[in-house]
Amino acid sequence: MTVHDIISALGLEVVAGADGLDKPITGGYASDLLSCVMAKASAGNAWITLQSHVNVVAVASLLNLACVIITEGMRPDDEMVERANENGIPTLLTPHSTYRVVGELVRLGISG
Amino acid sequence: MSQTPAELTRVQELIYELTIAQVMTRSVTTVTPDCTIRDLKELLRTKRISGVPVMQDGVMVGMISIENVIRALEYGELDATVGAKMTREVQSVRADDTVVSAVNLFARLGFGRFPVVDADGNLVGILTQGDIVRGLLRQMEVQWHAEEIQRYRASHIFEDIESDQTGLILRYFVKPQDFMHGGEASSKLKRALERLGAHPRIVRRVAVATYEAETNVMIHSHGGEIIAEVRPQRMRLTVVDTGPGIENIEKAMQPGYSTAPDWIRELGFGAGMGLNNIKACADEMKLNSEVGVGTRLELTFSLQ
Repeated sequence: MTVHDIISALGLEVVAGADGLDKPITGGYASDLLSCVMAKASAGNAWITLQSHVNVVAVASLLNLACVIITEGMRPDDEMVERANENGIPTLLTPHSTYRVVGELVRLGISG
Repeated sequence: MSQTPAELTRVQELIYELTIAQVMTRSVTTVTPDCTIRDLKELLRTKRISGVPVMQDGVMVGMISIENVIRALEYGELDATVGAKMTREVQSVRADDTVVSAVNLFARLGFGRFPVVDADGNLVGILTQGDIVRGLLRQMEVQWHAEEIQRYRASHIFEDIESDQTGLILRYFVKPQDFMHGGEASSKLKRALERLGAHPRIVRRVAVATYEAETNVMIHSHGGEIIAEVRPQRMRLTVVDTGPGIENIEKAMQPGYSTAPDWIRELGFGAGMGLNNIKACADEMKLNSEVGVGTRLELTFSLQ
């Protein structure tokens, strides 16, 4: 399963990092606390959060995450979009809640 | 031949970056309008090309291609002149345009080649789909080699330089409250370790610890710096700031304890996990702090 596959399955909007859509997804992690993500998320994970600022990109790129899914209709600022493009971090948006997105990903076979 | 999505994506990027001038063929074979189709046929055959611009007194007046030759053969018009059979309305491309604009034109118009002109309309080259493919392959190879060379150079530093003890010192400055550049020092250090050939698992531990230390300095201090001393077997990371210092280190080490203000917590920081994350990632950790003076964090990592 690649980032591209979950974009079509969940109807996500791609706002940045379009050149990383072929990355395989190894699992998922959901949290809005950056330190929790730093401690627990693994390389290749999809990270589901409602944080939407540049530091999200820093965490995602340090951990080599596959993508960031920003929930609840939050939109990243220009700096985050720019940094995500620079670092090739696919940044995907959805109006739905974190709970619902995680549920859909699990149904697709992506576990924690 | 099947292509992986990664290769496709790289190609897609490159067609936006490369200019037509970078991939076109510069030495252009041309003919004059009074050349016969018979001579043109020989020219195309010996040069193994399928079309040429028609030039008169240094000005491009048309294009003529193998299709015109075939039609002339069909109607027995091999002695006709190029000038009589050429396409007069020439679609050219600009040398400084990106390759993607030419790719779109090839797809839309179905032509085999486009003459390439400069800003003043002078013919400077010719572009076929083959030129584009060759140019892309060349560029991909160049970029791959550049990264390989950088990796090679970096990973051989320790072997190439002789001393009783060789170390590489990397310093990164961290500004207070500079959230726009949060994590940059960690990212740079991570990339450096990757280039030096450190194991991905160790790179991750160093990256996590450095990031937590960097954000601590950014959030809580008046500014500071991160100094990484990389040796072949191990690395030492020293993070120092100029205050205000930690009042109670024991408390600060407790999971979940945080002194970060609400607005910083709203950004997802200040979970009270940072120092614990650092401790979990480093092989050794030493934390000293004096209120009003500053904080000094020393970490060591085995690079084996």
